[in-house]
Amino acid sequence: MRMSTLFILVTSACVIICGLLPLHARQRQGKDKATLLANAELVKKLQLTDLCLFTEARYTRHPAMADRHAPFQDHPLALEHFPSGSLVTPPHFHREGP
Amino acid sequence: MNRFLERHRNIIDFALSSLLRRKAKNISLLLVYTLIVFMVASTIFFMQALKREAALVLKEAPDIVVQRMIAGRHDLISVSYGEKIGAIRGVGEVRPRLWGYYYDPVNGVNYTLMAPFSQQPAAGSIIIGSGVARISRLSKGDFMVLRNFDGRPTLLKVERILPYSSELIAADLIIMTESDFRTFFAFPEGHATDLALTVGNRNEFTTIAAKIVQQFPDTRPILKSEILRTYDSVFDWRGGMVVVMLGVAGLSFLIFAWDKATGLSAEERKEIGILKSIGWETADVLLLKSWEGVIISLSAFLSGVILAYCHVFFFSAPLFAHALKGWAVLYPQFRLTPVINAYQLAVLFFLTVVPYSAATIIPSWWTATVDPDAAMRS
Repeated sequence: MRMSTLFILVTSACVIICGLLPLHARQRQGKDKATLLANAELVKKLQLTDLCLFTEARYTRHPAMADRHAPFQDHPLALEHFPSGSLVTPPHFHREGP
Repeated sequence: MNRFLERHRNIIDFALSSLLRRKAKNISLLLVYTLIVFMVASTIFFMQALKREAALVLKEAPDIVVQRMIAGRHDLISVSYGEKIGAIRGVGEVRPRLWGYYYDPVNGVNYTLMAPFSQQPAAGSIIIGSGVARISRLSKGDFMVLRNFDGRPTLLKVERILPYSSELIAADLIIMTESDFRTFFAFPEGHATDLALTVGNRNEFTTIAAKIVQQFPDTRPILKSEILRTYDSVFDWRGGMVVVMLGVAGLSFLIFAWDKATGLSAEERKEIGILKSIGWETADVLLLKSWEGVIISLSAFLSGVILAYCHVFFFSAPLFAHALKGWAVLYPQFRLTPVINAYQLAVLFFLTVVPYSAATIIPSWWTATVDPDAAMRS
């Protein structure tokens, strides 16, 4: 088999797979809808405000609820203690000031 | 038409055999290039999916949360504030929220303890998130020991474990009754952590928040839109994590493109000189070099995107878990719902394939336009 034929076949297969990814995503979105609705219902019942992504510090566990001084608990120029605190920037509305 | 296609196929054949002559160099180039596309695509997929999940789930969050601030810090709020806030026109329901944190020294984990208004377990029992169950190796009916405010152990029966699918929102939750919560923390009666407000008309959120601040200057109302915006900004492309990932990928790509754009190797110049001396036109040489660039960049793009999709949506992004986990022991196990669209792919394509192909053609054009003899001698 010519190398160009092999290249065209492999590339076409990859392009087809890439084209199928949005279809797979749409199918999974339909499948996961019930789980998302159940989670939204849990958020409503428990009155939750944040995702449970970073559990290491209170201001990264609940970034939406954190007060403006939370990352600087010891003094205003204190260095950030937690790795996720340096990955998660403060919400925009916190930076706007009172 | 056939002649046109045949010409391109011949050039692809030649380009592939030319690339295979420098096998080690080109395979390592392809691997690094694929890795860069994989990193950028994984970051984009992960962030978009998390943003979507946060927006869909948190749309049911309280309309307004009112906190009390003392000396710039969040403090307990008196329930009497709620009675006065409830009298503001437009405010539907005011519910005090009771929640706090508990550090488990045995496992080194931070839990979120709460006593919700509804869905409370029986007295002396708790409902736990599946992350808590996993870390503490607990199942339904087991007893969990937590030390209360004065250090005495409290025995709580696990009534139920929240479903695994809710880990992204409730992995670290321990839900108990209001009286158990108050006894456990010696939480003062008539006080709450904050207040959750229901407002009928979403257009009135800002007005009501302004009225609350006016009546109670020591409070801080947080609107639902702000909660949603928090996750939009956390996973924004300018956000800490994303900017680090994109920065690293961008720099690696710059080194790549710079290496290509600064010139060809002596062997490649010699090859171009020979091709020109046996009758290849400058346009043919450029076509050959374009195909070489396209073969490398397109292969890297396609395999990088497919691998990134599998990494994020089939294997739950294990490479990002360490970055997100930080020092936390409890990290939720969640499977994200895929989000992918043509726009994301097009941006990724133009950011990766086009610059590389251009960086390959320019030095080839310089070499292809010089005399074949000079090209071979150089």
